[in-house]
Amino acid sequence: MSARIELRTAPHVKGRRTVEKIMQQVVFSLLPICLFFIYQYGISAAALIIVVTASCLATERLFVRQGGQAGDVSDWSATITGILLALSLPPGFPLWMGAVAGIVAIAIGKSLFGGIGRNVFNPALVGRAFVQAAFPTAIASYTPSFLPGRFSEFIPSSLALPFMQPASTEAWVKAMPIDALTSATPLAKWKFDGIVAGADELLTSLAGHMAVGPSPLLILICGAYLASRRYLDWRIPVSILGAAGITALALYGFDPVRYPNPFFMLLSGGLVLGAVYMATDMATSPVTPKGMWVYGALIGVLTVVIRYYSGLPEGVMYAILIANAASPLIEKITQPTPFGRGRGGRVRRATYPLHPSYISREEDGASAPKKLFKPKVKS
Amino acid sequence: MKISSFFRGEAFQRGIHPPSQKLTANTPIRRLPFAPRLVVPLSQHIGKPPRAIVRVGQEVVRGQPIARTDDWLSIPHHAPASGIVEAIELRPSARGPWATAIVIRVHPGSSQEDLWGEARDLSAASGQDILQAIWDTGMVGLGGAAFPTHAKLSVPKQAKAHTLVVNGCECEPYLTCDHRVMVEEADHLITGIHFALRATGALRAIIGVEDNKPEAIDMIDAAIARNKASGRHPEHEIFVEAVPTKYPQGSEKMLLMALFGVEVPAGALPISLGMVVNNVGTLAALGRLLPLGQGLTERVVTVTGPGVARPGDYRVPLGTPLKFILDYAGAPAESRQVILGGPMMGQSIPTLDIPITKGVSGVLVFRGDDISFRERHRIYPCIKCGECVESCPMGLNPSQLGMLAGKRDYELMGEQYHLGDCFECGCCTYVCPSNIPLVQQFRIAKQMLRERAAK
Repeated sequence: MSARIELRTAPHVKGRRTVEKIMQQVVFSLLPICLFFIYQYGISAAALIIVVTASCLATERLFVRQGGQAGDVSDWSATITGILLALSLPPGFPLWMGAVAGIVAIAIGKSLFGGIGRNVFNPALVGRAFVQAAFPTAIASYTPSFLPGRFSEFIPSSLALPFMQPASTEAWVKAMPIDALTSATPLAKWKFDGIVAGADELLTSLAGHMAVGPSPLLILICGAYLASRRYLDWRIPVSILGAAGITALALYGFDPVRYPNPFFMLLSGGLVLGAVYMATDMATSPVTPKGMWVYGALIGVLTVVIRYYSGLPEGVMYAILIANAASPLIEKITQPTPFGRGRGGRVRRATYPLHPSYISREEDGASAPKKLFKPKVKS
Repeated sequence: MKISSFFRGEAFQRGIHPPSQKLTANTPIRRLPFAPRLVVPLSQHIGKPPRAIVRVGQEVVRGQPIARTDDWLSIPHHAPASGIVEAIELRPSARGPWATAIVIRVHPGSSQEDLWGEARDLSAASGQDILQAIWDTGMVGLGGAAFPTHAKLSVPKQAKAHTLVVNGCECEPYLTCDHRVMVEEADHLITGIHFALRATGALRAIIGVEDNKPEAIDMIDAAIARNKASGRHPEHEIFVEAVPTKYPQGSEKMLLMALFGVEVPAGALPISLGMVVNNVGTLAALGRLLPLGQGLTERVVTVTGPGVARPGDYRVPLGTPLKFILDYAGAPAESRQVILGGPMMGQSIPTLDIPITKGVSGVLVFRGDDISFRERHRIYPCIKCGECVESCPMGLNPSQLGMLAGKRDYELMGEQYHLGDCFECGCCTYVCPSNIPLVQQFRIAKQMLRERAAK
């Protein structure tokens, strides 16, 4: 008998969920959002998504090959970074700047820390923060959605030559045969002009020619799918939106003239995309359930505070980056309570009463010795 | 907490649902013939090994004591077959080191009837007498822990037991031996429960059975009804309770949580809440052996897995070498892995010369490619998905513990992150998408801590 006997340690069975599968599902759930984004802005948006994702994947490949890091292009994580980064940029963002954002996102946001799972900050947001600082005009110039001819011509700024400033889109937009155009996002309009867009318009992003990202409703639906399959943790989006809503509601109740209503706060800008897809990045959010609530609440409150009290119209990105930095600390103070170490005996839904009526309480309360007691039995 | 359990309510927090794979749930228990030689290791339980009381060349009768002890945390052994003691020598054991074992050459054609022991009437016996009788049977926990039953059933003087919890969960995938025992020996089980209640002084017994074994619950219900009608010990109340299926419900702390909604404090035993927990297989065997005055010479073992041609539950004489069982059940001799116990906590063994001991509940055979999933798949760094935190029944943070284990910071693991509470159920490793061998690292860490503490 020469059959080989293999030795392994328990457990000998394994769940079928893998890192690739998780990342792949997130990418699949992002596809409807991408399609909607392309429907809104036409081929410029499609080109932006493709260029940014490709630059992320190329950078990831380079660093995995050269740096011997864990993970690979095949684990889909760089794809997520690329798509999220593209969705957070204005659709007319020059493509070469998009490529720079993708390279920075992976190189500085991820590979510098050691690759998948080791990054401290969400790579997509690191890339976006970089281009926000480097190209402040380009990232602030939005074009209206649903322009006629969006599937046949690029937004002129998209095709700017590398290292060249993009052409201004204002004249191009003015020449469009449509009325009531604005090139400012609803948040910028509120911040600088004091105009508050309606929540129903924001929810679907379908009304008029608003300069907004993909529909929050669609993002919430895709997020709900992921949460139901447990590919993202429902606590984080719930606590972010909850905390932002409560903070905004409190301020609105305090001074309804100065502060917009909470629905505008929740549905404008990138808050829903950030709450559902960016803040829930597994590697950069706390691992403990209690910590997720704290982390989400921190992001929600910070977002509202930055939007209201800083010079920037949008605060989601910085709020998430700050919370990313805080997440190891949050984790430290929110460790789960191990079984049997909680204060007092927690009694949950019980099938049987612990104390049967025929035994008196005094007897039940008798203390038990710590060591095993050996009664005397004659052998 | 998962959203679903928020609405549904749950037996205990966290835990996992591995595919149950109970291939043998509907096959009746069959009797295994004697192997030509039976190997009875002296150490089959937690505690000191007893000393052999037979000589080489001596003839023994099935059921005759062959090892005895005066140590409370030890048990006697009985000859599993009639035959001649061929040797008392070192033999390979499942744990690795070779250990002293009594080798019996079985008389060809000898009967599997127990010839030793005489029936006795225990109806008037005191609790102490029953404990002594249990000790004499050499009974240990047949669920897998192999802790001497008489020690487990003896209630410390300062404490008082009010409830006996009978653990019929059998949460490990593949294993069905307890299930079959509950179905086929429900009356023995009730008898055993009466003995255990009298030994502990408790008046209430609750049999916790996972709800994936409705047949077992029905059979026990019928047996309870018959028992009530017979009027035996009317002061004892016996219930059977279905608990929602979930791994690791067979852990006594989890079962108490499911039944009573209380947490046994960390480091304490269930007796601190007035409860004694025992396995169904153990009590059914007691119910059969005690009135006859016999010792434990055989047990029910589930032989199953993708590598077995005729999976089933077999009544196996203790000391039967694995090779004999696998030949009988039809396991082709290809590259394979043989596991004693269930797939979540069972132990992989290096050689088929190892015998069945009192604590072996299952023999599981996988072909080489059935479970090499883990090796074929790449190990990623922890992506902090939190699956392990959501699955750890003890409420630990395996993600953090795993990171500390990577840094070899074992002291911190033990002091701050409660490594000692881990009972190695393997849930964290099962769910980990990064394929990190978490529980394996924890075992190493615990061993390192034990060694450092011993210094």
